[in-house]
Amino acid sequence: MSGFLSGLVPLETADGFEAPGVHSFDVPPLFESVPWFDKYMLQAIISVILILAFWLIMARKNALVPSKGQYLGETAYFFVRNTIARDMIGHDFRRYLPLLIALFSFVLVNNIFGVFPLSLLPTPSHVGWPYGLAIMVWVIYNGVGIAKHGPFGYLKHTTLPSGVPAFMWPLIIPLEFVSNIIVRPITLSLRLFANMFAGHLLVLVFVLGGEYLLLHSESIVNKTAGVVALIFSMAIFGLEIFVQSLQAFIFTVLTAQYISSAAAEEH
Amino acid sequence: MTPMELVGSLGIVGYGLGAIGPGIGVGLIFASVIQGTARQPEARGAMMGTAWIGFAVTEALAIIGIALAFVFGGL
Repeated sequence: MSGFLSGLVPLETADGFEAPGVHSFDVPPLFESVPWFDKYMLQAIISVILILAFWLIMARKNALVPSKGQYLGETAYFFVRNTIARDMIGHDFRRYLPLLIALFSFVLVNNIFGVFPLSLLPTPSHVGWPYGLAIMVWVIYNGVGIAKHGPFGYLKHTTLPSGVPAFMWPLIIPLEFVSNIIVRPITLSLRLFANMFAGHLLVLVFVLGGEYLLLHSESIVNKTAGVVALIFSMAIFGLEIFVQSLQAFIFTVLTAQYISSAAAEEH
Repeated sequence: MTPMELVGSLGIVGYGLGAIGPGIGVGLIFASVIQGTARQPEARGAMMGTAWIGFAVTEALAIIGIALAFVFGGL
């Protein structure tokens, strides 16, 4: 299980401390014979099982007077339903609620894996996972728009805001096309990826650097700095929990926003 | 004689410069939200919804910056 523990071991080489970098995210496969099955894949599968179990248990026992567990599930459900779906999409939000809840819980659980003691690696810090999510969102919001307005109607709807005078069209249409069709999925995926990547790198620098200063150096100043770095890494973990929850929220909000703008009526 | 020698990637310096703009932008967004909430507390929900989208769009610049810092990190 060397692949599972990678990212936690101190990066010590013969010639001193090796700073964590891009290579810290190249985890080896868990089994030598299956090259695609690495720690990211394992975490994603575990997260899907956890999320399915959570929502199935929450949905099974519904009582008029909710228990503590049901209250927790309903709070999570109503958070996505009211704060994200209803506020962003409007009256027709129920159709997209399953997608938004699934996205929110998947991104949230996988982000929280970055501070969960047994995993300590956020799944979206490998760029493939945000790419996959963003491609799915891109297909869905464009599909919603095409189903609503027709192919050419959707193209006109998404590239030409109403009320723009005709002499501005050559400027507005390419700009809107690039912004709405091309840049949206890129920023959606890179935002999630870069936040998780940078956050995990920050944790690695503080924890591994502190460990190295404390245990592998001679001078008392370095040892003190190592202790301070290790204590401060707790604050970094707190910041990470906040950033991970925020990114899950923002990913879902932006998905809802894209769907809502693709499905909006002409004004 | 070289008084001091720094070794590293210039891409990170570029990212530091590139993060100034989004930093100011995100600060302006939430400053406006705080002001708006102070003036009209009941409009907080509507303002926060817009603020998160604005925050995400502004932050995208910093995100592109960090991606480019790693792309050009070898230079």
